[in-house]
Amino acid sequence: MNTATTTPEQHGAEHHDHKPKGLMRWVLTTNHKDIGSLYLGFSFLMFLIGGAMAMVIRAELYQPGLQIVEPNFFNQMTTVHGLIMVFGAVMPAFTGLANWLIPMMIGAPDMALPRMNNWSFWILPMAFSILLASLFMEGGGPNFGWTFYAPLSTTYSPDSTALFVFAVHIMGISSILGAINVVVTIVNMRAPGMTYMKMPLFVWTWLITAFLLIAVMPVLAATVTMVLTDKYFGTSFFAAAGGGDPVLFQHIFWFFGHPEVYIMILPSFGIISAIIPTFSRKKLFGYSSMVYATASIALLSFLVWAHHMFTTGMPVAAELFFMYCTMLISVPTGVKVFNWVATMWRGSLTFEVPMLFAIAFIVLFTIGGFSGLMLAITPVDFQYHDTYFVVAHFHYVLVTGAIFSIMAAAYYWLPKWTGHMYHEGLGKLHFWASLISVNILFFPMHFLGLAGMPRRVPDYALQFADFNQLVSIGGFAFGLSQLIFLVVVIKCARGGKPAPAKPWEGAEGLEWEMPSPAPYHSHTTPPIVK
Amino acid sequence: MAEQTTHYYVPSQSHWPIVGAIGLLFIAIGAGMAVQQLGSEAQSGGWLLTIGVVIIIAMMFGWFNDVIKESDQGLYSAQMDRSFRQGMSWFIFSEVMFFAAFFGALFYIRTIAIPWLGGASNNQMTGQVLWPEFEAVWPLVTTPSGDTTTAMGWQGLPLINTVILLTSSVTLHFAHIGLEKNNRKQLTSFLAITVVLGVIFMLLQAQEYVEAYRHMGLTLSSGVYGNTFFLLTGFHGLHVTIGTLMLFVMLWRVIKGHFSPDRHFAFQASSWYWHFVDVVWLGLFFFVYIL
Amino acid sequence: MHKLISVAVLSAMSFLATASGGSPFNLTTGVTDISHRVYDLHMTILYICIAIGVVVFGVMFYAIIKHRKSKGATAAQFHESTKVEIIWTIIPFVILVTMAIPATSTLIEMEDNSQSDITIKITASQWKWHYQYFEHDFGFFSLLSTPSEQISNQAQKSENYLLEVDKPLVIPTGKKVRFLITADDVIHSWWVPAFAVKQDANPGFINEAWTRVNEPGIYRGQCAELCGKNHGFMPIVVKVLPQNEYDAWLKEQLAQVEVAKQAETKALASTLTYEESMTLGKQVYLARCAMCHQPNGQGIPGAFPPIKNSPMALNDKQAHIDIVLHGKAGTAMQAFSNQLTAKEIATVITYERNAWGNDTKDVIQVSEIINREVK
Ligand code: HEA
Ligand code: HEA
Ligand code: HEC
Ligand code: CUA
Ligand SMILES: [Cu+2]
Repeated sequence: MNTATTTPEQHGAEHHDHKPKGLMRWVLTTNHKDIGSLYLGFSFLMFLIGGAMAMVIRAELYQPGLQIVEPNFFNQMTTVHGLIMVFGAVMPAFTGLANWLIPMMIGAPDMALPRMNNWSFWILPMAFSILLASLFMEGGGPNFGWTFYAPLSTTYSPDSTALFVFAVHIMGISSILGAINVVVTIVNMRAPGMTYMKMPLFVWTWLITAFLLIAVMPVLAATVTMVLTDKYFGTSFFAAAGGGDPVLFQHIFWFFGHPEVYIMILPSFGIISAIIPTFSRKKLFGYSSMVYATASIALLSFLVWAHHMFTTGMPVAAELFFMYCTMLISVPTGVKVFNWVATMWRGSLTFEVPMLFAIAFIVLFTIGGFSGLMLAITPVDFQYHDTYFVVAHFHYVLVTGAIFSIMAAAYYWLPKWTGHMYHEGLGKLHFWASLISVNILFFPMHFLGLAGMPRRVPDYALQFADFNQLVSIGGFAFGLSQLIFLVVVIKCARGGKPAPAKPWEGAEGLEWEMPSPAPYHSHTTPPIVK
Repeated sequence: MAEQTTHYYVPSQSHWPIVGAIGLLFIAIGAGMAVQQLGSEAQSGGWLLTIGVVIIIAMMFGWFNDVIKESDQGLYSAQMDRSFRQGMSWFIFSEVMFFAAFFGALFYIRTIAIPWLGGASNNQMTGQVLWPEFEAVWPLVTTPSGDTTTAMGWQGLPLINTVILLTSSVTLHFAHIGLEKNNRKQLTSFLAITVVLGVIFMLLQAQEYVEAYRHMGLTLSSGVYGNTFFLLTGFHGLHVTIGTLMLFVMLWRVIKGHFSPDRHFAFQASSWYWHFVDVVWLGLFFFVYIL
Repeated sequence: MHKLISVAVLSAMSFLATASGGSPFNLTTGVTDISHRVYDLHMTILYICIAIGVVVFGVMFYAIIKHRKSKGATAAQFHESTKVEIIWTIIPFVILVTMAIPATSTLIEMEDNSQSDITIKITASQWKWHYQYFEHDFGFFSLLSTPSEQISNQAQKSENYLLEVDKPLVIPTGKKVRFLITADDVIHSWWVPAFAVKQDANPGFINEAWTRVNEPGIYRGQCAELCGKNHGFMPIVVKVLPQNEYDAWLKEQLAQVEVAKQAETKALASTLTYEESMTLGKQVYLARCAMCHQPNGQGIPGAFPPIKNSPMALNDKQAHIDIVLHGKAGTAMQAFSNQLTAKEIATVITYERNAWGNDTKDVIQVSEIINREVK
């Protein structure tokens, strides 16, 4: 503890010095590390639940014909799987990482608004309890896809839609508050000397992500509000008879939705930009162009939303505009990929688990990016749209992109969090099992889509049978592989080889200058950054 | 860039956030059930919603009370104050985006959806085959399915309301100047006037709604004209209500002697919020009423 | 190693290239000029992506193999070069421009709906297609014809499982056929891969698309927008006939319309017996109502109401007839007055009022369906 404390400050510090014990520690905590752990734990729980739903989907699709679930329930599984993975697994995982790491990385004691931090976490379990509970209501839960297109989600939706709407509302409040906290922390809490262009890329990418969140979560809130009034209060925003337009829904939704997908990948870029230099023992190539590329991706993300809507009958000029803008995103994203490769070039590489996941990320995310580029080509998207080709695209960028980066981050920072090294052998097993199974799971989906299998169907024609079986087997294997990860994390939290302050030879950054495990309070006095 | 501070202050644990989370749980479930129960006898949803709102109000009082106490003890640094200010600005930005979505819907409906229903652009057949009778005009007083309504003019109440809100922004600014110059009398009186103007605005707005429903056949469900009119003015009205409440609390605190020329985050935040609400109204007045 | 990869990639490429038509791996080349252009575009972009991938990953794997610490590599110090950064910003950009040019011209051609020879209005509803031959006063519904036993695995699945309908759309070869696509309830999407046509059917709006098919044949597609429970059971079948066969087909259809009209008037005068009504009614019910109200009449709680023991089916006959004829606005219950013949409506109502223990003993007569708007 700093000795030069003035009395009033002692008050706050004292409260914190002895860690409160038991359940109430977690319920009341204002500590960024506790809240980070809560987010990460919650996210993993949601990953298991969302994954279990994916297993239901894959089991039903194992063979043609209806086997285990009835179509309406299948649609609920698809919908809630998408919602849970996006809003419950990936986003909270990133927020958890932000909580743990940003204060440590910028030399701050905690997040700027610690109590609000607690609030934004605890809203999440509430929101998802409502969402999950709605599955058990009469008429079932949301069954209109995670994109909830009107009028399927309005006039024709189940009774529980109002609960879905309000669950999304409070989930949105949580994200907005969380994002505000991140922005303010980064802008206002940096240690002296930590200029913007010295911030680690993870901090940069999160700053931009947080901006995207604050900009688009309110738009999502507005969208669900209009769904609510259309369904229950007689408005016709999305109904032609009253002068509205169902396609209006899609415009507003995707104005949120496309930035949303970058919200789920930008922090990954930050993570990979931390890991690749460490295990290459070489500084990140092109730091400033990485920052500008991230910012360009974020800006462009507001101009491409209608690439999800090429088949809705827009005039050709609009289709062209959105096609061009979408294609442009490949340029800054390419810059990132090239920079990572250039960082590895003539480095001194080793391949611990975080590095393995990071390399897999680069390759597999790029494959997902390529299929994204193909989807952007409007005339061909008419063939791809709403087929498994799209499903393959977004699982490559989300599972082998976002999820793999989160895994990489977990392995990379686990020693700092727990004070123990994880079990390298089990970690490698997890990696290889995941890598192989995930490709069996998602790669054949490209073929299915090209051959004409639509998405969101519980049953399919016979020519799709073989690939679906393969995909399902890959799915079960990938699911089971994640249990290895659970074991690794639990083992690591409970014990293992003690980790030094800087377990990775090539690592750089303020977080590695702290002991492992990191002290309960990060930087009680600001470090000086040169 | 953070200025050189020797020490950071980390606020202590608090039970208010979890209370707030539970409050939101009640609100979400309650509102969801209440909406489903519209038109039925059941009222459980309404009750849950009320409980939720009460919890949230209690939380706000409790939470802010703690913060005020801590601030009075001098626990907060200038850095904390900046955090609060920046937090509030970003929150207002999120509100801007919320309204932007509704304005976006309005623009889309006016410039795309309705002309297309009338056969414009690549939708000639939409007009010809599906809605041959439909005339694409704004305000849309006759919907494609034939429901009719009347449009709300901008003269009269809306104009008066515009003047009222603009004036209130000015009076609030004077109150702020009073605070900064430590002229408590100016502060109190101008703040009180602002609150009164806010209340008058709400009353007139209510009056306008009654008028619309009773005499003009303009309701929330009168096609997209009524939809956009009531949703935009309604959400604005909600924000005026919240803003007025905030200013009212500020007035009360001012009377109790709170705030000093250099430390008045809560006042500042409420005043930003009020100015924001004011700007939204100008947008509304222009795009919803006049154009 | 990277040689090995490029060999693998190259062989995959040649494999994809030779695959055409109904390949299980690749996009169909289709049977229209447009679909060929789309296919070519698809392949071009795929090759470009593969090529970029080979280069980028080639470099990366070279580093992974050669620059590892275990091989004694020490890290170089460079970490910036404005020159290469500019190069690798511009090159991708140029590549994108070369992709955008053919994409733009193909798109513009696809969206040119003018100067068509035949117009067909396609109306989607849960879960069927209606085809209206715009130049003639003639149209029909097209529904999945795969028997439910196959879906529930109680019967051997047929060759075109889930891709077969009771009455396919028929169009001639070599003519520019324009589609006016719309929907009655939710959004659907009309998609036939072999034509490279996919266009959303938005309720209240008409989208246009067109095709000109070169080869006669039977082409299958599916609804491509989630439209509720039976979205997966809403296939599209298009039979493309040479012009003369098409003309003959059309003539026959128009004649049949006349016959049906006469049958309709005849049915009005006849009296239906209980047994006859129940047999026909059951058929209609299973084909048209069971997807929502379920074969056992119990519906799906919260989504589709049960007919079994429903007060309406037990007591209020007039309301029952009304709801079947006119549907209920704002719900999934659609108007059947111009989807079914008066006789079918009468018998299905009889069936609903007597099946599953409803036992009202009512027999609805065609004459009771008087409100029916004859189309
Ligand atoms: C993390 C999430 C994520 C990310 C990062 C992306 C990235 C991209 N996506 Fe994806 N996308 C989704 C998540 C994501 N997407 C989801 C969830 C959906 C479906 C939603 C739904 O309907 O449910 C979707 C759907 C989707 C569609 C709609 C498809 C349809 O429904 O018909 C399109 C169309 O344009 C698209 C395009 C792109 C593009 C161009 C990128 C680009 O950002 C990719 C850029 C990257 C690269 C191109 C690779 C690296 C670059 C180089 C190595 C440089 C050189 C390359 C070239 C010059 C080619 N995406
Ligand atoms: C980040 C987001 C994310 C993630 C991580 C995933 C992960 C997975 N998804 Fe994802 N998916 C989406 C986002 C995501 N998905 C979205 C947005 C949609 C669109 C929804 C829509 O159409 O509306 C979608 C749709 C979607 C579909 C298409 C459904 C349809 O169109 O009908 C399928 C089908 O295979 C699928 C499969 C999977 C599988 C097998 C995984 C696996 O990676 C999951 C692996 C994880 C586990 C399995 C959990 C861990 C293990 C256990 C719990 C132990 C038990 C294990 C066994 C019993 C084997 N998903
Ligand atoms: C796409 C789904 C769907 C199809 C197909 C369908 N219905 Fe319905 N039906 C509904 C829904 C939804 C309702 C409930 C409407 C409401 O909210 O009152 C309903 C209500 C009814 C009712 C009133 C039940 C009651 O007790 O109120 C009857 C009778 C009925 N349908 C008969 C039929 C018949 C006969 C057919 C076929 C010829 C049919 N339905 C086909 C969805 C469908
Ligand atoms: Cu109709 Cu999907
Ligand atoms: Cu997108």
